Amino acid sequence: MKAFEGLRFKRTSSFIHQLDPRVKFVLSCVVFILAIMFTELLPLTILLSVQLPLVYLAHVHKEWLSSLRSSLILATMIFLTNVIVGYMSSEFQLTSSVLTYSSSMTLRFVTLVASFSIFFLTTSPDDLGLALEQSHFPYEFAFAFTTAVRFVPVLANEAQMIIDAQKSRGLELEKGNFLKRIRNYLPILIPLIVNAIRRSLELAEAMESRAFGAKEHRTNLFALKIKMNDVLVLIVTLAILAFSIYIRLYVKIPIVEIPTF
Amino acid sequence: MIKVENVSFTYPSGVNALKNVSIEISNGEFVAIMGENGAGKTTLVKQFNGLLKPGEGDVYVDGRNTRDLSVAELSKDVGLVFQNADHQLFCETVEDEIAFGLRNFGFSNRVNKKRVKWALTLLNLQEYRKTSPFMLSGGERKRVALASVLAWKPRVTILDEPTVGQDQSQKERLLQFVRQLNTQGNTVILVTHDLEFVAECDPRVVLMSHGRIVADGPAKKILTNPKLIKKTSLILPQITQLFFRLADLGFPKDVISIYEAKELINDFVARRS
Repeated sequence: MKAFEGLRFKRTSSFIHQLDPRVKFVLSCVVFILAIMFTELLPLTILLSVQLPLVYLAHVHKEWLSSLRSSLILATMIFLTNVIVGYMSSEFQLTSSVLTYSSSMTLRFVTLVASFSIFFLTTSPDDLGLALEQSHFPYEFAFAFTTAVRFVPVLANEAQMIIDAQKSRGLELEKGNFLKRIRNYLPILIPLIVNAIRRSLELAEAMESRAFGAKEHRTNLFALKIKMNDVLVLIVTLAILAFSIYIRLYVKIPIVEIPTF
Repeated sequence: MIKVENVSFTYPSGVNALKNVSIEISNGEFVAIMGENGAGKTTLVKQFNGLLKPGEGDVYVDGRNTRDLSVAELSKDVGLVFQNADHQLFCETVEDEIAFGLRNFGFSNRVNKKRVKWALTLLNLQEYRKTSPFMLSGGERKRVALASVLAWKPRVTILDEPTVGQDQSQKERLLQFVRQLNTQGNTVILVTHDLEFVAECDPRVVLMSHGRIVADGPAKKILTNPKLIKKTSLILPQITQLFFRLADLGFPKDVISIYEAKELINDFVARRS
């Protein structure tokens, strides 16, 4: 459950929070494209460090760090897989280019996690749904998406209650070998899933009794409006994208190599 | 015996749910813990079986500090039945559900069978032995949850909001059952908002508000104190309200039981005629 903490929206007010969710999404996508475009260590490092001021501006450094921390296991796996494959394909020699390549692949992953973490930490599920809807996404999908995001804390809370109830009946989660431990989670997973299904049926009924889907086009209480700040951020983002494409095509990037021992 | 000494507890979210709480519950006692939503009732009983450990202070169960024991070890003596039965039912049959705790505590197969049968009879569930708990009604599910805890015969039974969602006849049955459990020497602890139910049980009442114990004494004394009752967002039992209005005729104000009320009114009528 802790792993989701870094993706959960934090309700504060900041320059980043107030940006239009669509602009923030474009920003995240540009970071994504740039991270895919470059395989060298230097530009990826720059890409990661460029995000630091954004985190600082949004006052979400604690949550952001925790999401980076939870991505650590996956990052380690990516690094090791790359090192092992590179080691085997370069005639069983741990060359400096293998290490460099593995490091940049890992850095690429961390950069992606970092940018999407900023996006989810600073965009409320409501804004996200609104953005999807106003980008002409079918409302049903937008609604399903926001509902899923909104119910994560509810589910986490419920899981804790179920764990408490089963522990009170003598269940010991940490007992036994690996297989036994997995089976220990059945008394928790079954009630959790059954309750989730039950709740979704109730939600469907509640929605239908409030005329969900009665009209083809629904109106909104709130509408997203692009403001001056949004335009500025968008221009800067696109300029960076254009500049990076130029560098990619016409400039030779200095290679930073990780030395072998 | 459960002994709580100067316990304070704060949830990781920062909610300070218990503030310097001390209480002693002897063996065989019948206690109702009452108070408004968020008063700290459930947080307090979760300390009794070790689900929560005190932030400050100590909790002792039969002289053993709960800090040194696991939830499983404590639960064998302190059975906690949660409010929502759906948070614990997961087996294919009612029988398996009841046997789950017994198997966790390592009872032998022979004892298991005997205890399952005993618990089924106790809560009038024999006909559902092979039924899936998910097919039962809300009240029946609640009874299964109760049976699944009582099966290992904990010496202390804690019931969290047992009357929520139960119809009147179910409540009646529950009342008889809880009384029976208590007369057999079990310690029974109720956590509830249901003032009428408590008035019928006539237990020791512990009143909580904002993480503190604000009153502790016999039901007759606590439930008829309008100031205390109002402080904890409850209302006086209907019988008590009636006797408050009859006070100008010379009736006492501290009446909570229907039988006592009947006696008093009978006397009054006899004296008048």
